Amino acid sequence: MSDHKVEVKNLDLYYDDFHALKNINFTAEAKTVSAFIGPSGCGKSSLLRMFNRMNDLIDGTRFTGEVFVDGQDIYAKNIDVDELRKSVGMVFQKPNPFPKTIFENVAYGLRVNGIKDKHFIEKKVTEAIKQAALWDEVKDKLKKSAMELSGGQQQRLCIARALAVEPALILMDEPASALDPISTGKIEDLIFELKNQYSIIIVTHNLQQAGRISDFTAFFYMGELVEWDKTKTIFTNPTDIRTQNYITGRFG
Amino acid sequence: MTHIPNELLALKSSVFEMWNLVINQLIKSRYSLEHFDKDLVNEITSNEKRVDAFELKINMDCENILALYSPVANDLRFVLSVLKTNYNLERVGDYAYNIACLVRDLEHPMDQECMDEMGIKEMYSTALKMLTNTLSAFEKEDSQLAREVFRKDELLDQIKMRSNKVAADLIKRKPDEAIGILSLLSVIRKLERVGDQTKNMAEELVFYMEAQVLRHARKKS
Repeated sequence: MSDHKVEVKNLDLYYDDFHALKNINFTAEAKTVSAFIGPSGCGKSSLLRMFNRMNDLIDGTRFTGEVFVDGQDIYAKNIDVDELRKSVGMVFQKPNPFPKTIFENVAYGLRVNGIKDKHFIEKKVTEAIKQAALWDEVKDKLKKSAMELSGGQQQRLCIARALAVEPALILMDEPASALDPISTGKIEDLIFELKNQYSIIIVTHNLQQAGRISDFTAFFYMGELVEWDKTKTIFTNPTDIRTQNYITGRFG
Repeated sequence: MTHIPNELLALKSSVFEMWNLVINQLIKSRYSLEHFDKDLVNEITSNEKRVDAFELKINMDCENILALYSPVANDLRFVLSVLKTNYNLERVGDYAYNIACLVRDLEHPMDQECMDEMGIKEMYSTALKMLTNTLSAFEKEDSQLAREVFRKDELLDQIKMRSNKVAADLIKRKPDEAIGILSLLSVIRKLERVGDQTKNMAEELVFYMEAQVLRHARKKS
């Protein structure tokens, strides 16, 4: 087990001829929230997808360099990608609950992993829903369809689904961009709580959100990691003029 | 281009206007003191209300920018530094007004020899130079120019430090001027405070431009 939850070394990523990520190097410490910011097309989501090997699914993708999660090279030949994705949960921009009951949505990952013990599943589902700060709102309707929940509740349900399998790392791709300010506030509170147990990497276009919830911020521009520092430093005294211009709204 | 650069430019322009008004207030207080000009005292009194109004307006502008635009990095430092500079400028305006009030209460013109020996002219010249230099630094966004102010403040401190002794000697030599000399002591204290406030403004400029906090640290030119 490494001290560092996520480490990227000399990473270059290409989609066919397009050079999407250029010599990326950084280390995200365990139990911290890291925010990726930058204009559209800068490579932040591409990098996020490197951590659960979702780029493997895109034709024409190739890369050089190394990506470590928990000290393990996740692109090593002996890595079982299904196992990797159990330890790296992902939450997307649009809530994507399965057309199943609330309970079954959260139990899904456990069942896929071959767990059959009903009591164990029930315990884990309850824990995950509580952790996702959703329990009080759904405890009486666990057997109802997840599609009946509001957008904010669905997003927290998706987070509960990711938590149920106890991942080491949670990736969030603009998790609150489709939500109203109240639901956004709940997701942000939740992220703040979760960092006591998990490492979280979040892609966001909402700079204030990055400022509020993250410990570290990375600014990407045209496939380059321009600056990686404590969030407080990035938002008060960034080193690179491109970072300053972006966060102050001068370009991008 | 977002709206924030325009908002910050408008804020800068208000501060610039207030700064010039305050400098003029101090110049007029000097003239009224040196020439026993009570008409000018009335003008200073009415302009003091404008200084206060500027302070309120700039405060409100800063509050609006913080609430509506959530500035960060150099923009945030600019707004924070303007908030403090605004307070400092208003205080300088108060000192100019207080000196005018002293002139208003005088029964006869100040003795020129007393003014010279106590260093009033030198203090005024230095304080005004500090204020105009800092304004220049603000206008040109030149932190080096702002740093030059720190050394000038030392001269004001020195004059103030020796002022009690000079005043005591003068009172012995010119007992009839005792009231005026005591008033001049008060003017010296106010001008020394003008220097302190200007130094604070220069520190805020360095904070804005270099992200460096100089307050309570040793100043280096």
